[in-house]
Amino acid sequence: MIDEGRSRPTVLEAHGLVKWFGPRAALDGVSIAAAPGERVAVIGPNGAGKTTLLSILAGIQRPDAGNVETGGQRVGWVPQQAALYGKLTVAENLRLFARLEGRDDVEQVVERMLDQAALGDRRDDPVAELSGGNRQRVNIAIGLLAEPRVLLLDEPSASLDPRQRERLWEFILALAERGTAVVYATHDLSEADRHANRVLVLADAELVFAGTPAELEQAVGGGLRDFETSFVSFLGQLGH
Amino acid sequence: MRWLLLKDLTILRRSPLLVGLLVIYPIAISCLIGFALSRGPDKPAVAILNEVPASSNEIALGSERIDVSQYSTELYDAVDPVPVESRAEAEEKVRSGAVLAALIIPADITSKLQTGLSPATVEVLYNAEDPVKAAFVQDTIKAQVQDANLALTQALTGVALDYLDLIVSGGEFDLIGQTFDVLGLERSQEILEAISPRLSAADSAEVGEVIEFAGVAGDNLALADNALSSLSAPIRVETTVVEGGRTPLSSFAVAIAIAVSLMFVTLLLASGTLALEREENAYARLTRGLVAPSALLTEKVVLAAVCSLAVTLLMLVGLALFVGLEFGRAPMWIAALALAAAAFAAMGVALGALTRDVRAASLLAFMIALPIAFLALVPSGAVSPGLFGAITAVNALFPFGPTLDALDWALNGAPLALLTVAHLAALVAAYSVVGRVALRRFG
Ligand SMILES: Nc1ncnc2c1ncn2[C@@H]1O[C@H](COP(=O)(O)OP(=O)(O)O)[C@@H](O)[C@H]1O
Ligand SMILES: [Mg+2]
Repeated sequence: MIDEGRSRPTVLEAHGLVKWFGPRAALDGVSIAAAPGERVAVIGPNGAGKTTLLSILAGIQRPDAGNVETGGQRVGWVPQQAALYGKLTVAENLRLFARLEGRDDVEQVVERMLDQAALGDRRDDPVAELSGGNRQRVNIAIGLLAEPRVLLLDEPSASLDPRQRERLWEFILALAERGTAVVYATHDLSEADRHANRVLVLADAELVFAGTPAELEQAVGGGLRDFETSFVSFLGQLGH
Repeated sequence: MRWLLLKDLTILRRSPLLVGLLVIYPIAISCLIGFALSRGPDKPAVAILNEVPASSNEIALGSERIDVSQYSTELYDAVDPVPVESRAEAEEKVRSGAVLAALIIPADITSKLQTGLSPATVEVLYNAEDPVKAAFVQDTIKAQVQDANLALTQALTGVALDYLDLIVSGGEFDLIGQTFDVLGLERSQEILEAISPRLSAADSAEVGEVIEFAGVAGDNLALADNALSSLSAPIRVETTVVEGGRTPLSSFAVAIAIAVSLMFVTLLLASGTLALEREENAYARLTRGLVAPSALLTEKVVLAAVCSLAVTLLMLVGLALFVGLEFGRAPMWIAALALAAAAFAAMGVALGALTRDVRAASLLAFMIALPIAFLALVPSGAVSPGLFGAITAVNALFPFGPTLDALDWALNGAPLALLTVAHLAALVAAYSVVGRVALRRFG
């Protein structure tokens, strides 16, 4: 299955990505594309290859085959585990990475990020003292410092409680509204269903579905109440 | 790199426990060593029961009078004497631990020394509860009694030599206030030789035998001088340093203290700060186009080396209060410390690259550092030549040995081999490569 066939200009395109870890393939010929403002969910069970796909798109890992096109743009990347210095404050973390990103309007960028992430009142708190939700927002804010046109998020809401989850999605959706292409990995079906324009399903290193949430529901069959069960049997039918 | 350095310094500043440990540890070590070196072992308190009446402190040997108390003061110098009145009191003080030992000098010691019929004996009481203390007392008193023995023997030999001289050459001799004139062998010979021609042939022959005896006796007794002199100090020890420098032990101990501290502080900082990047998951983010991995490694090396250089310099200044260090050599201290710190920092970075969190990195650093220091201090001759060769080869892989050499140069003016500098520089390069490869492998 290939995720193609859209007419809109894309900011991110990858074709035929293959990644081997020893004798096992983590990705086996996966393609993906994202247009500005688009919200793409990559779903699949644990070990399906979601993190590997996002790392390759982010340039952290090299694919064994295939290619990634970003049009020379920097891609924002938010790792699954918050990559922050616990002993530094929220503002200090943002400032450090803004400097490393080579921004010359460091203070302005930091202020804007604090504002967007609604963390102005926590700016001088050490990151280690933040709740999981707030920490994840700082994590994402750092991914946005370079003002990327594509933001990759790896299971951004894992380990958050429902209220933190809601606030995090408000933040992410607002980014997409401003034109950032958001590609996120999740193993939570409802998160894909509610927040994405397009859904890619990965199973055992292969792309087994690409389409809108509605198309996915149709393919899987069954209402949203039994969606999880139906999804599992859907994967089963496909041989995964 | 500047921003990363600042970031790490901020993190360090906010880790008071870690910084406290890193600073207090070397300071504690240097204070301990400094204190131990400058004080030496304390004089042990020893109870002294002197039963010799003041009037009989002197013994008369012929015309000579020897003050025995003069020899006991030598012993008193080595200990902290606590005078006691009775044997019971002495025993009680030893038992209670108030003194380490008691020395009892019996009243008859001077008469025994004077007659020489039976050996003079002093008695030592000590508490053997603590074997270390017991050994210390035994050694101290044995050494002091030997010194006193030697001094007495020398005095007695002197007296005996005077007697001999008197017999050979003749002269005046005082005995209990009266002066005698002693003829002496030489003058006897002269007198006999003078009267010999006036005697009958038979008498002359007999007197001739006496003259001959006087001559032979005189010659041989004169030789006895040398024999007796050597008796008073049968063995003399002359030492010659064949291998190794003449650095005094205390200065070498300073070099060891500094090297050990430098090693721990640098290894822990370098490995810990690098491992922290991964513990905080920041490594992937940083190396994603923000910082090259080699720049990250360099930053950690610089950070660890600069911090440990500062700590060990402080330590040296502190130690200078206890042992004489030449402040004029300070530039050499800095040069040696900087090079050694760079080598340890590169090694620390390699360790940090192998681990994923600070705890594992610190543990690894500790586990490796202790045996390294231990191995580097194994002296040749303590183990078989084959094993020593193996130890030398292992040591060459670590910066501790050349660090000691460099510090010995900087602190004590020992000659510095170009090889030492090259060795440290090679270790910096080699460990940097190991770190780089390990990061690629485990990053
Ligand atoms: N660095 C790695 N070394 C070896 N195997 C790996 C590595 N990273 C991922 N894998 C394997 O690749 C597969 C996909 O992993 P991942 O992309 O993390 O899955 P997901 O994020 O969907 O849970 C898994 O089987 C995982 O064990
Ligand atoms: Mg994952």
